[in-house]
Amino acid sequence: MTAARTAGQVPRSRWLVRGLSIVACIVLWQLASAQHLSLGFVTFRNVPPPTEVLQSAIVLLKSPKLLAHVGSSLWRVFAGYGAAVLLGIGFGFAIGRSRAASDLLLPPLELLRPIPAVAWIPLSILIFPSSEMSMIFITFIGALFPIILNTVHGVANIDRRLVASARSLGGTPTAILREIVLPGAAPSIVTGLAIGMGTSWFCLVTAEMISGQFGIGYYTWEAYTLQNYADIIVGMLVIGLLGMGSSWLLTTLGQYLMPWRQPAVAR
Amino acid sequence: MNIRISDASTRSVGRIGIERVSISLGDGADAFEAVRDLHFAIGPGELVCVLGPSGCGKSTLLGALAGHLPVTGGRLTVDGQTVLGPSPDRGIVFQQHTLFPWKRVRDNVAFGPKMRGVGKSERYHAADELLRLVGLEGFEHFYPSQLSGGMQQRVEIARVLINRPRVLLMDEPFGALDAQTRSMMQEVLLEIWTRIPTTTIFVTHDIEEALFLADRVVVMSARPGRVIEDIRLPFGRPRRAELVTEPDFVRLKRRILDLLKQPDSAKSLARLSPLGIR
Repeated sequence: MTAARTAGQVPRSRWLVRGLSIVACIVLWQLASAQHLSLGFVTFRNVPPPTEVLQSAIVLLKSPKLLAHVGSSLWRVFAGYGAAVLLGIGFGFAIGRSRAASDLLLPPLELLRPIPAVAWIPLSILIFPSSEMSMIFITFIGALFPIILNTVHGVANIDRRLVASARSLGGTPTAILREIVLPGAAPSIVTGLAIGMGTSWFCLVTAEMISGQFGIGYYTWEAYTLQNYADIIVGMLVIGLLGMGSSWLLTTLGQYLMPWRQPAVAR
Repeated sequence: MNIRISDASTRSVGRIGIERVSISLGDGADAFEAVRDLHFAIGPGELVCVLGPSGCGKSTLLGALAGHLPVTGGRLTVDGQTVLGPSPDRGIVFQQHTLFPWKRVRDNVAFGPKMRGVGKSERYHAADELLRLVGLEGFEHFYPSQLSGGMQQRVEIARVLINRPRVLLMDEPFGALDAQTRSMMQEVLLEIWTRIPTTTIFVTHDIEEALFLADRVVVMSARPGRVIEDIRLPFGRPRRAELVTEPDFVRLKRRILDLLKQPDSAKSLARLSPLGIR
């Protein structure tokens, strides 16, 4: 308990160093851009300084474009990732619990798994008439495999003594699935959800750069083609923030759903 | 709940029949006989300790009685009914606790009644009563990981006894505890057993533990396990800690030590579990 508290409380001096580190990075960036620093193999000639990026960010914040881009990206992640969550957890449970389902579903999944989701982009543009659907599909594929595999792992690695105990206490198969297998696999499932969320965003941004009309990935790529270099970095920052926000959401959800996993709850 | 308590104490339930039982474990070429031709009976309300060298199949027998392992020969019965699978009538406590980490202590204990469809307030009431009995009042809202090893096993015992089982099967339940906690838990168990008289089979390889707890000690040989001695203990109850230094106790301890030293029980094998090989 005391150990956990001291580990959680970082002294103010350390926070000062951490803050200064970020400030130093921004200052170095400002200097490199302002001086058009060129080291031969890498050049800052076309990199806008933080001050310019800040101005562009303010412009974007005030324009209705931001909502349209972020909105369509969020929708695609919501749809694609959401489908992956439902299907991934469902398939994962089936594969982890039933030998027949495992024989039926696992071989094709194992064959497809090594293909990076981004490699699906050309084919999915051919398969889906609407580019919207193809982007959602890429997002779906990106999240699907980590979610399935982590669910299978969690479900298959349930301590069988717990299942035996539950049976000895009168648990029916359905009750054991609900009361033992689901919570037992939950930590692993949440890990899969977190990894899937990361790959989902990664795939979406790539897909939007290639075939988007709206979306934050499209915005970033459009900024490049239109030579609005400051907007590229604004786009990158927004993508980073969205990724951070969704992983925070998952962590919070995980803590809410699995209170027993928190170290040293007050005695 | 109360009806079932009076049932257990007035009617004689919990008669165990072990009738020429053999149990094989493993598949194909790796298959082996864990116990062979075990034959003994246990009367209602008896506390029987089964002693034997590691790997002799005593835990295997327990697993079969719990209904987690099939017998390959003979028959296991409880009150005349053949054991066919797990049932809340036959509660089992493992060496390492099997409390559900995601359930608070109260919900762990209330699991059995929940499976029977007992309403929330009624099953919590019953759970709190059992927790009081095992000395864990005030810990209802804790998660298992927040408790010490001894407390975890108390919860485990409460969770089994809330179902008022006909028999209580214990597989070295205190084997993972330190010596001091272990002897305290032995006294706790005897007190609970006096309050809720339940036929108990207690598997251990600790001779002193067996002699301190049991009405009767069954000594098994090395694998394949057979009964080599069945001793009814002359000690009265309640048992006190001083018992372990009395001449009768020491004499019996020496006798069992000699039994376990016999050449065919010398080879030490990997521990078996009530769920099979591992």
